[in-house]
Amino acid sequence: MFMRPMFRFVPDGTKIRFMKGRFAGLIVSFILSTASIALFFKPGLNLGLDFRGGVVLQIQTPQKADFSVLRAALASAGLADAGLQSFGSGAGTGVLISLESRANAAETQTAISEVETALHQAAPGATILSTQAIGASVSQQLFSQGLEALGLSFVMILCYIWFRFEWQFAVGAVATLLLDTTKTIGFMVITRIPFDLVTIAAILTVIGYSTNDKVVVYDRMRENLRKYKSMPLRALIDQSINETLNRTLGTSGTVFLAALPLALFGGTALSGFAWIMLFGIVVGTSSSIFIAAPILLFLGEHRLRRGAAAVKVQK
Amino acid sequence: MLYFSRAKTLAIAAVCALGILLSLPNLTPRPGFLPSFFPWNQVHLGLDLRGGSYLLLQLDFSAVEKQDLNSLVDEVRQAMRGATLGYTELHADPGRNQVSLNLLNASDGPAAQAALQKLITYVQGSYNGPSLTLAVSGAAVSLTFPHLALVARESQAIDQSITIIQRRIDGSGVLNPSIARQGQDQIVVQLPGVSDPERIRALIGTTAHMTFQLVDTTAQPGNPVPPLGDEVLPMQDDPGQNVAVLSNVAVDGADLENAQASTDPQSGQWVVNFTLNSVGAREFADVTSANVGKPFAIILDGKVISAPVIREPITGGSGQISGSYTAQSATDLALLLRAGALPAPLSIVEEQSVGPELGADAIRAGALSLAVGFVLVLVFMATFYGLFGWFANIALVMNLFIMLAILSVMGATLTLPGMAGILLTLGMAVDANVLINERVREEVKAGRKPLAALEAGYKRAYGTIIDSNVTTLLAHVTLFIFGSPPVRGFAVTICVGILTTLFTATVLVRLITSRWYVSRRPAALPV
Repeated sequence: MFMRPMFRFVPDGTKIRFMKGRFAGLIVSFILSTASIALFFKPGLNLGLDFRGGVVLQIQTPQKADFSVLRAALASAGLADAGLQSFGSGAGTGVLISLESRANAAETQTAISEVETALHQAAPGATILSTQAIGASVSQQLFSQGLEALGLSFVMILCYIWFRFEWQFAVGAVATLLLDTTKTIGFMVITRIPFDLVTIAAILTVIGYSTNDKVVVYDRMRENLRKYKSMPLRALIDQSINETLNRTLGTSGTVFLAALPLALFGGTALSGFAWIMLFGIVVGTSSSIFIAAPILLFLGEHRLRRGAAAVKVQK
Repeated sequence: MLYFSRAKTLAIAAVCALGILLSLPNLTPRPGFLPSFFPWNQVHLGLDLRGGSYLLLQLDFSAVEKQDLNSLVDEVRQAMRGATLGYTELHADPGRNQVSLNLLNASDGPAAQAALQKLITYVQGSYNGPSLTLAVSGAAVSLTFPHLALVARESQAIDQSITIIQRRIDGSGVLNPSIARQGQDQIVVQLPGVSDPERIRALIGTTAHMTFQLVDTTAQPGNPVPPLGDEVLPMQDDPGQNVAVLSNVAVDGADLENAQASTDPQSGQWVVNFTLNSVGAREFADVTSANVGKPFAIILDGKVISAPVIREPITGGSGQISGSYTAQSATDLALLLRAGALPAPLSIVEEQSVGPELGADAIRAGALSLAVGFVLVLVFMATFYGLFGWFANIALVMNLFIMLAILSVMGATLTLPGMAGILLTLGMAVDANVLINERVREEVKAGRKPLAALEAGYKRAYGTIIDSNVTTLLAHVTLFIFGSPPVRGFAVTICVGILTTLFTATVLVRLITSRWYVSRRPAALPV
C-alpha cells in the first residue's frame, strides 16, 4: 500500500487566475496589517516576563487552591500587587503568582522569600514548581536584543534575495514579510499570547518559513521569465503560482502538521510558540500568492518585461 | 543520477551508520564491547527540562571603585605623612575616578611627586593594567585611575567573584554547577537539580567581608555625628542599636585561614570557630594584648555581629564567633568565611528555577508532540507521494538520528524551545523532497522518460532547495548570535537541522532512488 500518491491538493493543469484578485488581496492584507498596528498601540502586546520584568512563581497546591485565602495571605505579607491565575488542566491545583517588577534586585529577592513564607502559611504542602524573576534592567536589555535580532534578520534576508534575484523580488519579499509580521503581532495582541524571547523566536521562524515559500515561487517565476520570453508578466506570474501550488500547499501542510501537536499538547511553555507558527504558516502561504506576487507585478510590469524587448531580463 | 561510485555510496552509508551510532548514547547506556576511544556523548538537557536554577548576577562595580579610591586616600595620607609634606582637602572624587589634594606649600610639588610616584608603583602591583596618572600643577595634586585601569580592575573583580562563588557553591554541596562570565560585568550561574535556590541566593548575595575593629568606648552612643576616626555601625541582631567603632581595621577577614561551625560545649549553641594565618595571628595578638578589658567588635558586611570584651591577650590566632546561629546559618557563615569575601556586592538580576516535576512534565509534553508530529508528517508524505514519499520518510528518520548525533557530539544543550526546533526542522525537512518530487512529476507530465524525468527533476530542484534553505539558515544564525541562552538552543537545533536536511533529503534520497531504479527499471514512475 501507499505505493502511489493517494491525493493531490489541486489537480494538474489547474489555472487559477490569482492576479485577478491582486487588489482584493492587497487591500485585505493592508486592512489587516493596519488593524494589527492599531492593536499594537492599543491595547498593546501582552509583554512576557522576559520583557516586562517582575516575578512569576508556579505553584502546585495539594487541594484545589482557594484564591481568597492565598490573596489574603499575600496581602498581609505586604504583596497586595500579587496577581493570581490558575494554570494547567484539572483540579485547579496549579496557581501562577505574579508580581510587578521591583525597584532593585534585593527587593525582588525579599519579595520572593515573602511569597514563599506566605504560601507555607496559606497553603501548607504547596510545592513551588518554578520561580522566574527578571530585573528591569535585564528585561530592557533582553527586549532590545530581541528586536535587534528581528531587525537584523530582515536585513539579511533582504540582502540575500537581492543578491540572488532582481531587486524587485527582494523588495516584494521584504514588504510581504513586514505585512506578515504585523499580522502576527496583531494575532498575538488578540490571543494575549505573551510576547517574550520564545515568541520572538517563533516570529523569526515564521519569517524564515515565509521567505522560504516566497523564494520557491519567485524561483519559478524567474525560470519562467527565461522560458517564456513573450508571455505577459501577469499571465506568467499566474502560471508560476499554479505550477508551484501543490508544492506550496504540500510543504505548508507538513510544517502545519508538525506544529499542530505542539500547539495541542506542548504545554504552556510551547503552545504559544506553536500557535504563532500555525498562524504564520497560513499567513505566509497566502501572502506568497496574494501579496508577494502582486507586488512583483506592480514593480516589475515595466522593468522585468518590456513587451517583446525584454529578452535580456535574466542572466 | 544513477551513477554513484562505490566510494561515494560507502561514504553515504558510513555517515548514516555514524549518525545512528553517535545518537545511541541518548537512548541506551554504553555497551561494554565499544572501544574506549569511541565518544559516548549525550545531548545535555537544559535546566528547563531537567529542573534547576539559572541565576544572572550583576557586579556592583561602583562599590569596587569607591573602595579603591578610599584605600588610595589612605595610602596617599600615609605617603604624605611619611614624606612630612603639609596638605589640605585630601579627598576622593568618584565622578572623575581620582584622588586630589592641595599642598600647603606649592614649592613642595617635586617632593610630593617623588613620594607619590613610589605609591603608584606599589598600587600598580596589585592589578594588571596601566598605572595611575599623577598630575602636579602648582599646589594642586591629583591621582587618576585611567579608563583602561578601571576596565582591567573590573575584569579582575569579575574573575575573583567567579572563583569565590565557585568555592561557595562547591562548599554548599550542589553538584555540577556552571559559573561563567557574561559580557562585561555579569555572571551566569547554573545549578542543575536545585529548584529552590533560597540558600544559594543567600550564599551569593552576601559579600562576607569580615573585619575586627575596636569599639570606641569614649563615644556617646546617642550622638548622631561620630567622633573623627570612628564609624557607627548597627548590630546585626538588633538593627536599632548602634555601636561606634574605630574606622581603623585591626584585623581583616582576608587573613582568615579556616572557619568551622561547631557547638559550644558550655552553652550548647552553634558558633563558628576560626583560625587566622600568621600575619593575622600576629596582628590579633598585638591588638588583644594592648587592649585587655576593652570590647572588640566582629563586623560582617558593615554589621556588628558581636562585641565581646577582651579578657586576656589572644595569641594563638584562633577565636570564636557566637551569636544566635542555627546549625545551617553557622555552617553557611563558616563556608562564606572560608571562601573569602567578594570584591564587590553581587545582585541577582535574573532568576529562573524549574522544579524537577515541571521539567519532567515538559519532557513528556515535548516528546509526545514530537512523536505525534513525526507520525503525522510520515503519513502525509506516504499518502501524498507514495513510494517516493517513503523514500523521503527513510531520510527523515535518518535525519533525526544524524541531528541527534551532531547535537550530542557538539555537547549542545537541549531546551524546550530546542525540542520545538527539532519538530519544525522535521516538518521543513521534507520540503526538499516535496520540491524534487513535484519537479519530477512535472517532467513526467511534460513527456520525459522516467530516467530523464528523475535527472531533470533533481537537477532543477537543487537551486530552489539551496535558495530556500540559505534564507532560513540566515534568519536562525542571526537568532543565535543575538538570542538569549534558551532561544539559542532553538536556533542551534534549526541550523544543525538545515544542514542535516540538505544531506538526507537530497544525497541520501537520491542514492535510495537510484538503487531502486537500477534494480527495478520501471516503465513509469509512481508519481
